Amino acid sequence: MKRKRERRPFNKTRLKNQILNVVKNPFNMIVAISLVILFCLIVIPLLQMIASTFTLARAEAKRYGGEVGDFTLYYWRYILVGKLSGATLWGPLKNSLVVGFFTVIVSVPLGSVLGWLMVRSDIPGKKLLGMLVVIPYMIPSWCKALAWLAVFRNKTSGSLGFLAGMGIPIPDWLAYGPVAIVLCMSLHYYAFSYIHVSSALRSINSELEEMGEICGANKVQILKSITLPLVLPSILSALVMTLSKSIGTYGVAANLGSRIGYFTLATKMKTFINGGPQGVGFAMSLVLIGLAALIIFSNQRIIGVRKSYATIGGKGGRSNEMHLGRAKIPLMCFLVVFLFFAMVAPMFVLVMETFQVTTGNGYGLNNLTLYNWIGTLDEAQTYTSMEGIFRNAEFGKAVWNTVRLTFIGSIITALCGQFLGYISTRGRGKWYGSATEQLVFVPYLMSGVAFSSMYVAMFSQPRLGGLIPSLYGTFTLIVLTSVVKHFPFASRSGTANMMQIAVELEEAADINGANFWQRMGKIVLPLAKNGFISGFMLTFISIAKELDLIIIMMDKHTQTMSYLAFTYSQEGYNQMADAISVCVLLFILVCYIIASRFGADIGKAW
Amino acid sequence: MSRIELKHIDKFYGDNHVLRDINLVIEDGDFMTLLGPSGCGKTTTLRVVSGLEKPQNGIMTIDGEEMINADLAYYAEPSKRGLNLVFQSYALWPHMTVRENISFGLKIQKLPKEEIEKRLKDSLRMMRIEEYIDRYPNELSGGQQQRVAIARAVASNPKLLLLDEPLSNLDARLRIDMRSELQRIHRELGTTIIYVTHDQVEALTMSTKIALFKAGELSQVDAPMDLYMNPIDLEAADFIGNPRINFLEGTARYENGKLMVKCELSDYAFDKADMTDEPIPNGEFPVVVAIRPEQVHITAVQEPGSLPVKVYANQPAGSETLVSLQAGKSDFLSKQIGLAQYDIDQTVYVHIDPNKINIYDAKSTRLIKRAH
Repeated sequence: MKRKRERRPFNKTRLKNQILNVVKNPFNMIVAISLVILFCLIVIPLLQMIASTFTLARAEAKRYGGEVGDFTLYYWRYILVGKLSGATLWGPLKNSLVVGFFTVIVSVPLGSVLGWLMVRSDIPGKKLLGMLVVIPYMIPSWCKALAWLAVFRNKTSGSLGFLAGMGIPIPDWLAYGPVAIVLCMSLHYYAFSYIHVSSALRSINSELEEMGEICGANKVQILKSITLPLVLPSILSALVMTLSKSIGTYGVAANLGSRIGYFTLATKMKTFINGGPQGVGFAMSLVLIGLAALIIFSNQRIIGVRKSYATIGGKGGRSNEMHLGRAKIPLMCFLVVFLFFAMVAPMFVLVMETFQVTTGNGYGLNNLTLYNWIGTLDEAQTYTSMEGIFRNAEFGKAVWNTVRLTFIGSIITALCGQFLGYISTRGRGKWYGSATEQLVFVPYLMSGVAFSSMYVAMFSQPRLGGLIPSLYGTFTLIVLTSVVKHFPFASRSGTANMMQIAVELEEAADINGANFWQRMGKIVLPLAKNGFISGFMLTFISIAKELDLIIIMMDKHTQTMSYLAFTYSQEGYNQMADAISVCVLLFILVCYIIASRFGADIGKAW
Repeated sequence: MSRIELKHIDKFYGDNHVLRDINLVIEDGDFMTLLGPSGCGKTTTLRVVSGLEKPQNGIMTIDGEEMINADLAYYAEPSKRGLNLVFQSYALWPHMTVRENISFGLKIQKLPKEEIEKRLKDSLRMMRIEEYIDRYPNELSGGQQQRVAIARAVASNPKLLLLDEPLSNLDARLRIDMRSELQRIHRELGTTIIYVTHDQVEALTMSTKIALFKAGELSQVDAPMDLYMNPIDLEAADFIGNPRINFLEGTARYENGKLMVKCELSDYAFDKADMTDEPIPNGEFPVVVAIRPEQVHITAVQEPGSLPVKVYANQPAGSETLVSLQAGKSDFLSKQIGLAQYDIDQTVYVHIDPNKINIYDAKSTRLIKRAH
């Protein structure tokens, strides 16, 4: 009775039919094309970058002899054992790890406690607070660095900040360097822990806690032995995300560190990629990627599938709040003070600085001006040598570039995300489904700078015998980079979206005679519309905020608002930089408001 | 109207052999029910017939035309098979109204407008849901959605209608209503129907034939009452019938053209004519005596041929009464129509018609003596 899958003898008709079965089904074709494209966009650039760290480039060939294209260990030796390896790799690596470690120490407990307070306690004003708590997350991290500078800047960078202007001496170690970087990043990345923990808490049925109460445990015991273990997996994954992100962050570290010669792996790497030898930069980028991969995989090892019960209980609908009792008022005060110092005060200082003639000189009428916004060149001698940003052609170009990049980039990303999500949901448990999922996951391992350095390595010269021209310095490359880097997020939202469309809906159409394209057009797309829009808006915002990812590729023609603000800040045009970041902030806020109209969940944005 | 023939169908998911050598003929106009516990392959068989799954081995023909030939890797597209399917989840397109849902397939076939309108109206009238034509699925109750799903399937005038557990999401009362509705549709359309269910009552009440599945294999194909009267093995006997059939352990010996059976209830001798073709072991061998609860008749006083037993428990439920009885160490159940009152531990007498008893070989679990 038992029959095996047998290998049949060769048969022409069978072969013809088999080929027809594959070719006649457009889905197969789409899968094949997507896999090829993913391979070209993710695997090949990575291999290419690895290869380029072992290949002698022209500059080094000239200087040290040897032929261009020779195999070499020069670059790896340079960073690992060379005379400068301490300053190139080990120093910055240590700095990165220190910054990452302390960012985790500060932000994870902060975010977790906030999450618990918002979901499980009876703290007053939850709705408003809950909204305010995620606002710092919408602000790009480099904007926070600018705000930090606006408050703490001292004589070292020429113009004074708010505190120094009031006569309070600000030492360098507070204004710049690791302390500043850690605090700035913590105020950004605590949102990871907040979002993770609060959603885990929301999904836990409070009956689990009530059962503990019935068994006679007090509040602390319940928290310690029931709630905490249940949310521990999500705390850990937030921790891992924070660590890998903060190690790779560029904007904050560059704004707050470079002035006093404090380099992290990400900032040091950029100086090599822009200033050469590029091979060294690429090697460092590989170190960065390896580090992030190590962190993420070790997390998956430790947590594994078994313990990821963060979403257990499913029902969770009814959740009882824990009474804070006497702790209510102090906790409330803590929250308000936190929000004031984390958000309101720095933003106020940042906005006010855009109206100041001299920073750090108080808000007297004689020090207030609209020059930074709308000033003309003939007023310029008293101020700087530039027009106000609204008259500045450079700014206009940057706005146009930002809008162009975000629109084109996010439309392509969101479309691809839906397609990739479609492939991975319909291919669940099949080889092409998991291949897609894994390929798409790769950019997630790389920090923005590392990822874009990979693309620079790939596209700085013509490839495939001229089929792909050199894209270096083009807008296309920036769009391409933004699109692929956001694949993990976009395809995740695409997957979530497609999961909601039951396969039966398509099968029913299939039986009624609809072909693949009719099914797509009449069934899948109309049903995916809402998810598509919210996915699109979230990608849109994420691209609009982006600085780290595209900073390596920027030049005068392609620069975005983020980059312009960054350059101005580096060049000492502080008020102008602030004004631009205020514009970026407004742009992002407006987008968020529109996005939440379409039901987008801010918590899902990375 | 069509005759479907499945020959040696095998289906694998990876190394998981989910359909094992399925051979099944469904005659024109049959209401064939695929019955079995969940995970036994009945839905997979339906999906193979519909074309949504491709089996690795086997041939399927509809009206003699080859639809599947795994040897040649030939699989006709679902829409080319002249069938339609009602999904367990109904699979109504939520962004289309009832009208759009039903006319979707007809529009794809590029039927003329008047024809679409006519079929739309006909199928709605048949399912008695004309008034919901402009509603969206989420504005309908479960039962109404069910009717729309069936209307959508019949609107395409299928030669073969496939139904995948269509009633499982309905509440008990609606389910009974829909059973008669489905019977009527079968009658009116004369379409061949393949119906998948795990509910034996649905299978027994509606079908003209039942195919009983067990772990990816077909264990029995019979008319409903034949299946009920003579389940082919112990598992089938246990599965069919509610309340469950009584099993009593016993021993048997085949002597002089008669099957002599001993159990704690009584001793029986059965004629050769009542026996199946199953091989009979030599000498004495263990058997299972199977008796339907409704065949156990209780009397308060001893009559000729009745046996004394003890009442273990009594469950009156209005229209019927279930009485748990004990004979020696064996427990068994009696089902009586109407109300009856017995005291616990009371001694009563039961009468069982030997013709209604099934005997199974305990070792092979196969039926060796038929009831009639």
